[in-house]
Amino acid sequence: MLGDKVLMVGNEAIGEAAIRAGCQLYFAYPITPQSELPQLLARRMPEEGRVFLQAESEVAAINIVYGAAGAGARVMTSSSSPGISLKQEGISYIAGAELPCVIVNIVRGGPGLGGIQPAQSDYFQATKGGGHGDYRLIVLAPASVQEMVDLTALAFDLADKYRNPVMVLGDGTLGQMMEPVEFGDIKAEIPSKPWATTGRKGRARNVINSLYLDPNKLEEHNWHLQAKYRRIEGAEVRYDSFNLADAQLVVVAYGISARIARTAIEMARADGIAAGLLRPITLFPFPTGAIAQAAEKAAAFLSLELSAGQMVEDVRLAVNGRRPVHFYGRTGGIIPTPQEVYEEIKKLAGEEVAK
Amino acid sequence: MKVVFERPQALSDVTTHYCPGCTHGIIHRLVAETIDELGILERTIGVASVGCSVLAYDYLECDWQQAAHGRAPAVATGIKRALPDSIVFTYQGDGDLASIGTAEIIHAANRGEAITVIYVNNTNYGMTGGQMAPTTLVGQVTTTSPRGRDTKEAGYPLRMAEMLATLKGVNYLARVAVNSPANIMKAKRAIKQAFTVQVEDGGFALVEVLSTCPTNWRLDPVEALKWLDDNMIPYYPLAEFKVSGEVK
Amino acid sequence: MKHEVIVAGFGGQGVLLLGQVLAYAGMVEGKEVSWLPSYGPEMRGGTANCTVVLSDTEIGSPVVSQPSCVIALNLPSMEKFEPMLKPGGRLIINTSLIDKKAERADIEVVEVPATEIANELGSGRVANMVALGAFVQQTKAVDFTTLEEALKKVLPQRRHELIPLNLQAIQRGAEETK
Repeated sequence: MLGDKVLMVGNEAIGEAAIRAGCQLYFAYPITPQSELPQLLARRMPEEGRVFLQAESEVAAINIVYGAAGAGARVMTSSSSPGISLKQEGISYIAGAELPCVIVNIVRGGPGLGGIQPAQSDYFQATKGGGHGDYRLIVLAPASVQEMVDLTALAFDLADKYRNPVMVLGDGTLGQMMEPVEFGDIKAEIPSKPWATTGRKGRARNVINSLYLDPNKLEEHNWHLQAKYRRIEGAEVRYDSFNLADAQLVVVAYGISARIARTAIEMARADGIAAGLLRPITLFPFPTGAIAQAAEKAAAFLSLELSAGQMVEDVRLAVNGRRPVHFYGRTGGIIPTPQEVYEEIKKLAGEEVAK
Repeated sequence: MKVVFERPQALSDVTTHYCPGCTHGIIHRLVAETIDELGILERTIGVASVGCSVLAYDYLECDWQQAAHGRAPAVATGIKRALPDSIVFTYQGDGDLASIGTAEIIHAANRGEAITVIYVNNTNYGMTGGQMAPTTLVGQVTTTSPRGRDTKEAGYPLRMAEMLATLKGVNYLARVAVNSPANIMKAKRAIKQAFTVQVEDGGFALVEVLSTCPTNWRLDPVEALKWLDDNMIPYYPLAEFKVSGEVK
Repeated sequence: MKHEVIVAGFGGQGVLLLGQVLAYAGMVEGKEVSWLPSYGPEMRGGTANCTVVLSDTEIGSPVVSQPSCVIALNLPSMEKFEPMLKPGGRLIINTSLIDKKAERADIEVVEVPATEIANELGSGRVANMVALGAFVQQTKAVDFTTLEEALKKVLPQRRHELIPLNLQAIQRGAEETK
């Protein structure tokens, strides 16, 4: 049954989901491998009577986002790794001024200009702040084109709910691949924003700001932000699992890595190896509790990433020394094959589970 | 008794942090008078920049957003695109606009963004202790050009108004000074015109205001006014460069 | 049932389109599908490939290490992907452009002069559909009748006049490899 399913590439699915979620303005600068997204929105946003603007740089784009978000609009920008680095200044200001917006990063290999093939090596940058100062983004990691739709819609809601920038962290594979998607009933419920600078008619004036020259005031602001991040950690953790209940070897992987892990786990299960998957959907807040719980029964963990090992640090913190946490990853745009990951699982199962 | 002089409604009733003799206060007042006269306080959103005018949001009674260094035209673009009926202006210094923010100002101007830019040029980075700016005059001593600006190392002072006048997207562009009552009257007319252009949906407007910095110039306020006259105006001529989109 | 297919050829041979038609047909039939292209700096003229997975159950990896079928429209593609085929897998070769024989004995080789057939039909550009016809004939991965619907979805409206030619090419590819 076809239903309302359409086959779409991930980048375009994000764009269409953003429109349905009520994104009113979109600003970006071209970069591979996410260009299908600005290309789609250049066509679709004016059709919907909304604003598309190609900025002169990623720096300008994120600051235009700041202005529009401060004016109370639902707003989005997108880029890929080097461009996201350029945006970090603006993201820090947005976090400091507590403005809601959605930032899409379709990650490619780094550092520097790196390459254009898929990677997950922006995990630290996305989850630990990225720019200057003590702040966090909410980071959502889709693992399918359908999730790119669902999590983009969720990103707008969470951004408004917490007045916080939300990053949708994909990679070149997810951006470029096609899968069937349904848009279902995405609702554009935009809450009122009495803090926005819309003109002071009928109220005291509003100021969007991240400057606190008095250190006492700045510290107070920081504790306010931290309290918000703790609230987010308490309420917004999302993860998925596969064959986890009896798993002796738990693979922790997000995004495209989780898809590869799933196939590798199926191969391992066929060999009688009790492997399972824990897939973080939110990278901040990280599913620390779920991993700690899995550590009660599992013998060992394997963090699988398209990086030299970044999320593995958070897995280790969650496991807290109770079980060995291994890492397997490829970098530079190389994607490990399911076979390769299966071999790694088999090797670790031999070393760890047998003990 | 007839009131002949009072604080504009748009100007906050507070003491500013500006140094004695600094002309930012005059420029703030001219903007406030303009907002009052055009009756736009309730739909005006200012964008403060980084530099001495970083706290401008404390001095004018409209809504404000504080922008990162150089990015005010981008922030203003976002506000204006989100709220096309609002009146959006940036208030930027020469370090902000002519150095770190050249890309943003050129592209906002080139797009013909319907915003008003108040560009205050005092030939140095005042807030951080009087360092050399792109606008620092040849031979001018600053804390980072202790032997005077040497063109072999630091190039030449940037004439932003003249550069921007070449762009089709610019509707109104003038350079004024606030170092004498006559110049202040002219400055007021230019600032009002730059806001009027926006009220009438005319597009991008910018006023470069030559301003004093007695503290970092190591001059008393009166000497500073004269220094501006003798040194800045010969290099940065006062003029309307563009009116109604036409080069003058 | 699961089909993991790599389609490869020169850029411009319609490799990505072939994969999309197959993926769409799978989706129309209610299967789980994924379509993953190679992407790179060559916009035109380079080599292109895509991986299509059709499955009755949820698809894990869209990246395939051991395809069940490789459709090679040119020689470099055959040389690159033949070694990856899983034992017993199928290699569909466009013999119009590949004058070399497959090396492996543990696979099933299907030869089809796709470009020549396409030229006979009046457009070399439908060689991809001839190969698709051969693939569907061999694997029965989707129903022939679904391909028309898939073509309607994949081709933009202004190209719909080309659908009969594409269907003809699919049919010839199937007949050729019966």
